[in-house]
Amino acid sequence: MIKAENIRKSFGEQEVLKGVSTIFEPGKTNLIIGRSGAGKTVFLKLLVGLLEPTSGSIWYSDTNFTSLNTKQKKAIRMQIGMLFQGSALFDSMTVEENIRFPLDMFTNMTKKEKLDRVNLVLERVDLTGTNDKYPSEVSGGMQKRVGIARAIVQKPKYLFCDEPNSGLDPKTSIVIDELIRDITIENNITTVINTHDMNSVMEIGENIALLYKGNLAWQGNRHEVLESDNELLQDFIFASPFLQRLRDRALKE
Amino acid sequence: MKYIEDFGKYVLLLRSAIFARPEKFSMYGKEILRQMHDIGIGSLVIVAIISAFMGAVTAIQFAYQLDGGFIPMYYVGYIVRDTMIIELAPTVTCLVLAGKVGSNMAAEIGGMRQKEQIDALEIMGVNTASYLIMPKIIAALFVIPLLVILAAFLGIIGGYIAATGTGYITGGQYEMGLLSFYDPYFVFMMIVKSIVFAFILTSVSCYQGYYVSGGSIELGKSSTQAVVLSDILILCADYVVAMILT
Repeated sequence: MIKAENIRKSFGEQEVLKGVSTIFEPGKTNLIIGRSGAGKTVFLKLLVGLLEPTSGSIWYSDTNFTSLNTKQKKAIRMQIGMLFQGSALFDSMTVEENIRFPLDMFTNMTKKEKLDRVNLVLERVDLTGTNDKYPSEVSGGMQKRVGIARAIVQKPKYLFCDEPNSGLDPKTSIVIDELIRDITIENNITTVINTHDMNSVMEIGENIALLYKGNLAWQGNRHEVLESDNELLQDFIFASPFLQRLRDRALKE
Repeated sequence: MKYIEDFGKYVLLLRSAIFARPEKFSMYGKEILRQMHDIGIGSLVIVAIISAFMGAVTAIQFAYQLDGGFIPMYYVGYIVRDTMIIELAPTVTCLVLAGKVGSNMAAEIGGMRQKEQIDALEIMGVNTASYLIMPKIIAALFVIPLLVILAAFLGIIGGYIAATGTGYITGGQYEMGLLSFYDPYFVFMMIVKSIVFAFILTSVSCYQGYYVSGGSIELGKSSTQAVVLSDILILCADYVVAMILT
């Protein structure tokens, strides 16, 4: 479980987050949604420790992450896997080397054990046989799946995804969404996804937090989205006229 | 104020890079070897060409000036030797390497920053300042003095070929000059300079890349800034080292 308590973040005079408090539950796909500039990416970076909050605290289970020093944070970070918006794969390394990197750096596994583990996660993300390819030689969707494989290779307890569907076509987006959801359930990990993909919200959103101008404007699950009368939520989710018509039809039924 | 702030950030970055315990020595060792290959083998051709021509030009220009004068012509060998060893080999070689190696390092690390690869390493628990910068510094401190020694050697050879090839002096006169007034202390100076310059060009370039923000324009600027700043600092350090050691 991850808990954020009254998180504030300012960059100079500009206050980006204005006291956000929420809980992200294990075994669930927790989504952070909101318009561009709402503070989603800043919030995600605060959760993983890439930024320090101006005030407030972040808890990983019973540990106050924000009060830890760099060395202590490292111990928590070893339990974190993260998929970045652009996948952040290392260009000079093959797919196998990318996925194996955390094992090379932090374990004393034998070569065979590492290879077995890499092949296992490659199979899980349906990329068997791509070991020797470089990131530039695979598609955007495949890069995301390699990113997921690298994020889960050390069996993390927490998985963070920053706009995992960014730049992907709708069909591939669904594949990525389902992969993230299945991994979350299989391993009972706490997954936090930063997205503004409405399909993700409606298909896999089990705990959805809407950020608006640095505040938590709404929280609930995907079933509650349709029934909520929160104007900010309705404006955001059903911004497109097409989705408005779908919503109206669903409500009628 | 900005320069003071930058200097402070630079010192703190170096402290994180140099005084941190590597997560795994074998991984850092591999990275050091990779950097030694990129810096050393990758720079051989340009160092060879530049130093040979530096020696050749020095020889011809001094031979022209000494021709018909009171100073014996064998001084050409002596002048080329000392000029190459004391100044041209360490300084010009490192100025060129600041452009080739330094800009490459700034662009590599800056590109990693922009593509969030540094963030990915941080999330994994890697000390990015240490992993990305320390191997480059160690590799440069080892390889660049070797390149400078090679540059001095090839410069002297280049001088020999140019001076004897143009007929200004004979091979015997050049060799006599090479053996005259030789002071091994100048080789020591050359190596000290090359070590200092190697540290400057690597650390400054890595700093520029590590803190880049923005897009491709900022990346280009940081790469250019790495070269300009390294060159200025190398020339300042040249003066300081010369003052201290002479």
